[in-house]
Amino acid sequence: MTRRRLAAAGLGLFLLLPLLLQNAYLTHMAILSLLWVVLGVSWNLLGGYTGQVSYGHAAFFGVGAYTTGLLVQAGLPPLLAWSGLLLGGLAAMVVAAVVGWICFRLRGAYFALATLALAEVLRLVAVNWTRLTGGAEGVLIIPAFTEKAWFYLIVLALAAAAFLSVDAVMKSRAGYYFLAIREDEDCAESLGIDTRRYKLYALLLSAFFTGAAGSFYLNYLGFIDPNIVFSVPNVSIMMILVTMLGGAATRWGPPVGAVVFTLVSEAFRAWVGTGHLVFFGALIIAIVIFFPHGIVGTLEERARRAARA
Amino acid sequence: MELTPQQAGQVELLAQVLIAGLLLGGLYSLIGLGMSLIMGVMRIINLAHGELMMVAMYAAFWAFTAWGLDPYAALPGVMAVMFLLGVGVERGLLRPVMKAEAVLPQNQVLLTVALGLVLSNLAQVLFSADYRSVPVEYATKALYWDLEVGGQPLSLSFSVPSLVAFGIAFLLGAGLFLFLRRTDLGRALRATAQDRRAAALLGVDTDHMTAVTFGLGTALVGAAGVLLAPVYYLYPQVGGQFTQKAFVITILGGLGDIPGAVLGGLVLGLAESLGSAYVSLGYKDAFGFVIFLLVLVFMPRGLLGRGRAG
Repeated sequence: MTRRRLAAAGLGLFLLLPLLLQNAYLTHMAILSLLWVVLGVSWNLLGGYTGQVSYGHAAFFGVGAYTTGLLVQAGLPPLLAWSGLLLGGLAAMVVAAVVGWICFRLRGAYFALATLALAEVLRLVAVNWTRLTGGAEGVLIIPAFTEKAWFYLIVLALAAAAFLSVDAVMKSRAGYYFLAIREDEDCAESLGIDTRRYKLYALLLSAFFTGAAGSFYLNYLGFIDPNIVFSVPNVSIMMILVTMLGGAATRWGPPVGAVVFTLVSEAFRAWVGTGHLVFFGALIIAIVIFFPHGIVGTLEERARRAARA
Repeated sequence: MELTPQQAGQVELLAQVLIAGLLLGGLYSLIGLGMSLIMGVMRIINLAHGELMMVAMYAAFWAFTAWGLDPYAALPGVMAVMFLLGVGVERGLLRPVMKAEAVLPQNQVLLTVALGLVLSNLAQVLFSADYRSVPVEYATKALYWDLEVGGQPLSLSFSVPSLVAFGIAFLLGAGLFLFLRRTDLGRALRATAQDRRAAALLGVDTDHMTAVTFGLGTALVGAAGVLLAPVYYLYPQVGGQFTQKAFVITILGGLGDIPGAVLGGLVLGLAESLGSAYVSLGYKDAFGFVIFLLVLVFMPRGLLGRGRAG
């Protein structure tokens, strides 16, 4: 238990460090980490706890980013663009309702592939519907702040909101339903759980925070294009990776995964340069083979085994 | 019925579009066959399928550039190498993961994603991100078929490398079909796909079958890569789009349904060709996905209704 507290304290220190150090680079790293915390936590709710593995979360991320971007281009003042965090999340929920309506007829690999296909269709629409989205040229806005600390505080609040919401949901009755659906959907249904409705609830909450994260991404970096924010490899797959790295269906897995993911990918980028993704891919392979439960999952299992012995 | 020159032009366009779609569909079938085989026996989505194809395309490119070896001559060699690569990947990477218990059954899929990432970026480091093509002299050769419809002369063209690719894809598909139906190894493979445990009980070495399956699937998609090399350009990230096409084809055909995969490939080829000619070129890749979603929702056993349902 003390070890876990120590880990939590370390994590907290890392997260507060940027405010203490006032170092732009470190702050940037912390912001990216927290953005991935939001994404990992969101994916974990649907993919980890509820067992509905989605390859389509790029769709929600992209819709969140584009909602905000288009509103700003339509004349929403930059500072108000932060309301996009909410609007982007809501827009992502609308898309998620449609995705759920189509995809929740399907299970397992079929569900995963259907979400992937929908995300790709949305990407193609965003590329081709140039009158709405500007197509491959993307959307450029002027960020509201130049001071990174503001972004840091906002994404910290977003990450905390996502983490605490998912935590609260998982402690509620719905959380137990989610787990039951993951373990055996037919069995859950036979016990009277409206599985499609509860899967949809998990999807909607997951999509909301993913959309909000997309909106934050635009506000922070000031530029998006369809091939960045709707990218299945760079968004959906990396969200899965963050969750798996930390440990799917664990409470602290996604946050730990997000921090490790951000630092490792940055280190590879800085030290290896071209082809750093080769090492990154090799790292994923090593994790999948040697730590199938992720960092937190493996530690928890060891602790459980030790307690039993 | 007499046609005006304008109508004849439209007929010619439609016929040309259908021809292009079918020829492309033949290649797609070959990509889909490998994927369907792997899905049927191993129950995993191989998201590195297109990247493995990219490896074969580079192999054909280098065989041509370094030794002047024609892609069609290099085909058997590349297929053999791809088979060994597939067996190696299965033995070294997939097998340990298939056996480990995990919360989610998605670890193998994630592994194939990572493999794809490694392959495409390795290609970028080794061969640079340049677009390349295999400059065979028959790359743009075509056969023409002149005919008369409704009193108007029509001329239809058939690209030679596409025709050859279609023919070889057909032969490989037929060969695979016969192999699965007529040989002991093929029967053992099908038994493993049907019921792994029962097959093991009856003395089939299912681990061996899994390795053979992944090897065969890789060799088939490798063949598709070699056949595509003369008519397409190649670059390290070329594989991703074909991975997506592969799973679209497989679902269209029905999981593990070999003739279905052929049909799925032809349907996808036609859909892309018709869609880009008559609707919009930009949405070309979306047509496949839309058909895919419709089939997935309304005909989950595939177009022939014989695959496994979710």
